[in-house]
Amino acid sequence: MLDDFFVRALLAGIGVALTAGPLGCFVVWRRMAYFGDTMAHSALLGVALSLFFQINLLISVFGVAVLVSLLLLLLQRRKSLSADALLGILSHSALAIGLVLVAFMSWVRIDLIAFLFGDILAVTPEDLALIWGGGAVVLAGVAFMWQPLIASTVSEEVAEAEGMKPARTRLFFMLLMALVIAIAMKIVGIMLITSLLIIPAATARRFSASPEWMAVFASLLGAFAVIVGLFGSLHYDTPSGPSIVVASLLLFILSLLPGFRKPAAGRAANTGVRG
Amino acid sequence: MHQAMKRIDTQSEERLVTLSNAGIQRDGRWLVRGVEFSIRRGEVVTLIGPNGAGKSTTARLAIGVLKADEGSVERRQDLRIGYVPQKLAIDWTMPLSVRRLMRLTSPLKDADLMAALEATGIPHLADAEVRHLSGGEFQRALLARAIARKPDLMVLDEPVQGVDFAGEAALYELIQTLRRSTGCGILMISHDLHMVMAGTDTVICLNGHICCRGTPKTVSQSSDYMKLFGGARSLAVYNHHHDHTHLPDGRVEHSDGSITDHCHPQDGHHAHGAGHTHGEDHAGHGSHVHETAETGHGQGAATGAGTHA
Repeated sequence: MLDDFFVRALLAGIGVALTAGPLGCFVVWRRMAYFGDTMAHSALLGVALSLFFQINLLISVFGVAVLVSLLLLLLQRRKSLSADALLGILSHSALAIGLVLVAFMSWVRIDLIAFLFGDILAVTPEDLALIWGGGAVVLAGVAFMWQPLIASTVSEEVAEAEGMKPARTRLFFMLLMALVIAIAMKIVGIMLITSLLIIPAATARRFSASPEWMAVFASLLGAFAVIVGLFGSLHYDTPSGPSIVVASLLLFILSLLPGFRKPAAGRAANTGVRG
Repeated sequence: MHQAMKRIDTQSEERLVTLSNAGIQRDGRWLVRGVEFSIRRGEVVTLIGPNGAGKSTTARLAIGVLKADEGSVERRQDLRIGYVPQKLAIDWTMPLSVRRLMRLTSPLKDADLMAALEATGIPHLADAEVRHLSGGEFQRALLARAIARKPDLMVLDEPVQGVDFAGEAALYELIQTLRRSTGCGILMISHDLHMVMAGTDTVICLNGHICCRGTPKTVSQSSDYMKLFGGARSLAVYNHHHDHTHLPDGRVEHSDGSITDHCHPQDGHHAHGAGHTHGEDHAGHGSHVHETAETGHGQGAATGAGTHA
């Protein structure tokens, strides 16, 4: 029953989920969901440019994602528009420009749907190597920068005052995000990448007593969602990328049910939320 | 000449941070300008001023979170800073225990960690989640975190906000103890003039620029200060050559050991002939402000509502 392509799809999906887990936690903690979306949407522009200039797809997508995030940082510094509005502008223009460019190149025929919603069943052994290799680089980077990342997530000011370099940390984080988006694009597609980052992290929150555990749980929950989603898509003959997201959502909803909640350490839960 | 140079050298060695004519602007507006002060080891400098006076901005300049657009800020090399910011919003989705918060920017031995939490009165909350703390408890945790780092310079931006009254006095006491035992310099921002002034060496009154500065006593009596604060808050200035002490709770302990609610020259507790005039030393006592006007308004509104119904 398990054809070769299906095993590859499983391995690829699990690899991406393990990588996305810890990064997704930071996206949630730093309230950067929309930022992640913007970077992901810009990936289509990367695809178009890679076709136009005949360069490696991964490098092109990575490069464009980095450029868009740098552009955002630059625009934010001018404080002329809110970050929210800037993200909206960048996110959708990058996507639109990508679509327009692809349409202009009448000589290439690309499967747009595959880029937008993923084509995990077409994963090649080379893709697999890229995903696991790139994933290892991202995870090593997160582990290496863990303390500064946590500190600047809690307070960039305190981190800076006490001898860390939060601006550098932020840049580093963006590079990691761009890398994850570049390698995850093939699995769930441009439109659904952020869900793979955010939903497992949000689900993990309920069971975690520390940031470290939340990162680990997010990885494991993401991998579990990939397995459930892929088998579901095989069984019900549904598109694989969206099926993974749906599985991930089901896990999240399950975690909301009473009885799954981890009692807060030390103090009773529900004593209010600090803003 | 040579001697003078030498003296400046030893002074600058002691200086933890020096702001020289420092200013910072945003969108063409100067947030603060011409700020000039330094903090030495074991010195407590307090910034006071109305809202928007640039107190937090000045503190951020001092610790290097903001860069001066004008003038300069010099910090001693490898200066270890402990910072309690005015605001710290931790996203509630981050599971963070107090213990983990304590180790945010530097590793810490368990013993040091617990000692700091005990000093600020919350050892029982070591494993509590930060998002479940009350405002005052959170503030204590932040202070403990800054203390545990054993910093050369502590920068405390309204460190006791939300802390109950008794706790406030205890925490200021703690800050004093730390300054004496560790010799660290302290830059403090506070609205609690009453509390802070007692333990402050230099008060800097800020309103976009430095309005006035000096010892707590000279500043509280300066006309610039009176203009900014209108004398509406009563100030108890500790005076160590005095024959009585103003307790943190507002009562007065006299040299004969008795404690009274107020202090009058004629009440028999004072050693007369010590050569000082009470009129000056108690300048702050005359300000028991009764807000009768406000009460009147409230009543008017209530009556109006009643008629309407």
